Amino acid sequence: MSGEYGLSFKRRHLLGIEGLQPFEIADLLDRADGYVEQSRRTDKKLSTLRGLTQVNLFFENSTRTRTSFELAGKRLGADVVNMSVQGSSIKKGETLIDTAMTLNAMHPDVLVVRHQDSGAVELLARHVRCAVINAGDGSHEHPTQALLDALTIRRRKGRIEGLTVAICGDVLHSRVARSNLHLLLTMGARVRLVGPPTLLPASMRAFGADLFFDMRKGLEGVDIVMMLRLQLERMQGSYVPSTREYFSLFGLTRDKLAHAKPDALIMHPGPMNRGVEIDGVVADDIDRSAILDQVEMGVAVRMACLDILTEPLREAA
Amino acid sequence: MSEGGCIERGRPGSCLITGARLLDPATGMDRVGELRVEKGRITGVGDFLAPPHGRYELIDARGLCLAPGLVDMRAQFGEPGFEHKERLESGVRAAAAGGVTSVALLPATDPPIDDPAVLEFIARRARILRSVKVYPYAALTRGLAGRQLAELGLMHRAGAVAFTDGNRAIADAQLMRRALAYATSFDGLIVQHPEEPSLADGGVMNHGTIAARLGLSGIPQCAEAMMVERDLHLVEMTGARYHVAHISTALAIDAVRRAKARGLRVTAEATPHHLALNELEVEGYRTYAKVSPPLRAEEDREAVVEGLVDGTIDVIASDHDPQDQDSKRLPFALAASGVVGVETMLAVSLRLVHEGRMTLLDLLRKMTVAPADLLGLEAGRLAVGAPADLILFDPDAPWKVSEAGLSSLAKNTAFEGRLVNGRVHRTMVDGRTVHEWSPPFSR
Repeated sequence: MSGEYGLSFKRRHLLGIEGLQPFEIADLLDRADGYVEQSRRTDKKLSTLRGLTQVNLFFENSTRTRTSFELAGKRLGADVVNMSVQGSSIKKGETLIDTAMTLNAMHPDVLVVRHQDSGAVELLARHVRCAVINAGDGSHEHPTQALLDALTIRRRKGRIEGLTVAICGDVLHSRVARSNLHLLLTMGARVRLVGPPTLLPASMRAFGADLFFDMRKGLEGVDIVMMLRLQLERMQGSYVPSTREYFSLFGLTRDKLAHAKPDALIMHPGPMNRGVEIDGVVADDIDRSAILDQVEMGVAVRMACLDILTEPLREAA
Repeated sequence: MSEGGCIERGRPGSCLITGARLLDPATGMDRVGELRVEKGRITGVGDFLAPPHGRYELIDARGLCLAPGLVDMRAQFGEPGFEHKERLESGVRAAAAGGVTSVALLPATDPPIDDPAVLEFIARRARILRSVKVYPYAALTRGLAGRQLAELGLMHRAGAVAFTDGNRAIADAQLMRRALAYATSFDGLIVQHPEEPSLADGGVMNHGTIAARLGLSGIPQCAEAMMVERDLHLVEMTGARYHVAHISTALAIDAVRRAKARGLRVTAEATPHHLALNELEVEGYRTYAKVSPPLRAEEDREAVVEGLVDGTIDVIASDHDPQDQDSKRLPFALAASGVVGVETMLAVSLRLVHEGRMTLLDLLRKMTVAPADLLGLEAGRLAVGAPADLILFDPDAPWKVSEAGLSSLAKNTAFEGRLVNGRVHRTMVDGRTVHEWSPPFSR
């Protein structure tokens, strides 16, 4: 199967969106589209990945992403093992590379890795023979999140090219923002970054995004409002004076949303801090909010990634 | 500190070097001639010299340059405390291979050099090796903790060449003021790591577009300038001698330039990696390019070169900072900073000569007589009576830097796989050959 460009995704790992070509992104999204229907059936299970082992290696807490990858693997028929490494071996002094080589010796076919340090997944990928999917590394990238966001947008709006997307909040620390920035710009959307200057590095302009420190101006006429999660510990005087002030200036409320296009879509990677970055009323507005769609698309996108990355392996078998 | 002489070791401490291009940055001499060494000291420079008395080695150095051995004023050799990263033996072997005949070691050891006993211990260990001359720095503050002054006077008397807390900046302005003032009583040199710590806190690379894209926290360029500017006010107030180590930004270089114009006793030093590399090296989370201060933007690299050319930056030092593989094979933010450099400092820096930015004499000055004078060492000159610390080198010979080819125990070079020009053929300390390069397949 190949995308509209007639070419397909042929990489060993999915470590980030940066550097992917439009046809590669389109190929992943097209394949994911098919899996959306599959996941809505009563019998969701396929045997595409039968016999293959998928290890979800999470160095950082995550329920949603891990569950999403677990379901995706299981629906494709893979054997899925979850490993949470916070504390356990790391406390015993095992390094990331030791962990990688240990796992490698167990012959997994796909490794899904989340790590709290930027670049850690790439480092690990250099020491294993199987395909590696980055499920989030520090403040660097979270490629499957950007892909599921793109799929959500494409299904709701029919396209990505030409849309104006506002990414709002803690851009500085957000891997979701970085992956989305790369993907949206690659696919021909316009990207605005909105947030307080302490959380919005000016150097982001270099990638081709427009920066807004006033949320109302930033949302003016946009098609998509993408909210980011703000870590609570960053709001007690270090980056932002208080939660109250942040919500007042950068929380997504009906009032601020009114500046966007009337049919603008609201997105959030979850988990939400209601009353901090987003008003509960807005988040729950079924006409505007695509937040639950994103969760659904997440499973489909991860199925597509697992499928595509293991293809060479299955063909060789 | 060095006792000179080497006759008792059975190697000739006397030699006659002929046909070499003699380069003496101290006097500006650059001509073909002869140099005579007797009992570890230079006894003649010129033409048709009479041979040394007694046994001597005749060295035909046609086609090679003869210069004073390099004086590297910033390195770390792991002892005591970090013997798994580098040892004095491997450090001096690497230094000799790089053409360095005198090296000043930072006090960031474990225990730190904040006590005359530790200082004397290191000096003694190095003397036993009878190779490259080793001069310890002393800590500026007790335990390098940045709170109380160390015993500067006693360590000065014990032979400390200068005072610094290594890669830690003195954050407290009042303490820095007192350190500078106190050191004036014996005209001690205070060396600062130029970085405002609170602004650099958590940063792992240069601030800018690449850091933003890689999701790494950046250290702004102005963190360096702020520390330098603060200190310059204190230098003006106290009249002390102040040296900015491994300067890396256009902003700070400009601050030094202005201070020099005002007549302050300030000097600055740059490293081979900051003059040759920029932040692009960090792409792909290459921890071997993680250094402190970080590799900067291309404009800053160019400013370092400019600073060297116009004399704002007085010295090139290797900032040799050995790290084992385990400290580098980590996610970028967790990996240790530092690169080895004593063996490559000459070849990497010669790039400025090959690019036509500086003359060979001007470049050598920054690695010989300039640091020697700053530290008060009897080194860095081709003068009659001076110790015969010499190098014979070919400034053009190309070679490829490889981990396997390095003599240092640690292999964390930022120049792995790069072609450089400039090969040290022979290094002599007090007339003794401590390193000799033989071409492959010639033995």
